[in-house]
Amino acid sequence: MRVLYFAWLREKIGTGQETVDPPGDVTTAAQLMDWLADRSDRHADALAERSAIRIAVDQRHAGADELIADAEEVALFPPVTGGGAR
Amino acid sequence: MIRVQEADFDVGNELEAMTAGNTRVGGLCSFVGLVRDMQAAGTVHAMTLEHYPGMTEKALADIEAEAQARWPLEASLIIHRYGRMEPGDRIVLVAAASPHREAAFEACHFLIDWLKTKAPFWKREETPDGAQWVDARDSDDVAAERWGRGDT
Repeated sequence: MRVLYFAWLREKIGTGQETVDPPGDVTTAAQLMDWLADRSDRHADALAERSAIRIAVDQRHAGADELIADAEEVALFPPVTGGGAR
Repeated sequence: MIRVQEADFDVGNELEAMTAGNTRVGGLCSFVGLVRDMQAAGTVHAMTLEHYPGMTEKALADIEAEAQARWPLEASLIIHRYGRMEPGDRIVLVAAASPHREAAFEACHFLIDWLKTKAPFWKREETPDGAQWVDARDSDDVAAERWGRGDT
């Protein structure tokens, strides 16, 4: 599956996209983040504070317990800040 | 109608296009979001908006579909820019046209409140100390909650 990173996650990890093949016991988005955190110190640092990270699975907002086994694309990003004026 | 683009837009032209020839419209309500300079007068502090191509369009279409389901709308529009922008620049235009003014006001308000919590854009500001990612604010979530169910 593709994993996409945006904003400061991308900067910390050093790439905006990677293709990964997690093992069968990685079934939820939270477990995927645990597994990704082991890839490098940069991954671990970026994924340390889960409350600061939001998830999309196949381009739709998802929670940490979303099942990802059949997903083509999982994206990890900070809470969104579009729209302009506060 | 959803557009995600780097280029600026002309508010008058866009609003006119929404209702041209449609005499069922009694009210057209619009909101324009602009880049506000948080710093001292005379200093330019640009910002850059990053977005998630593919999901951005989907998320805005979902928000628009929700508005169309909840209010009687003849037309709705979201144009959201990305890329580098300076204070005073337009970022987003949302508009809703309805036979009735309350629906137009409410749908327009809903569109902007929802997109601020759901549309995948991230703002990075240039400051004297370097580029900084802007944190989302709880006030945006609170504003969106006024519209009730969040099943979009």
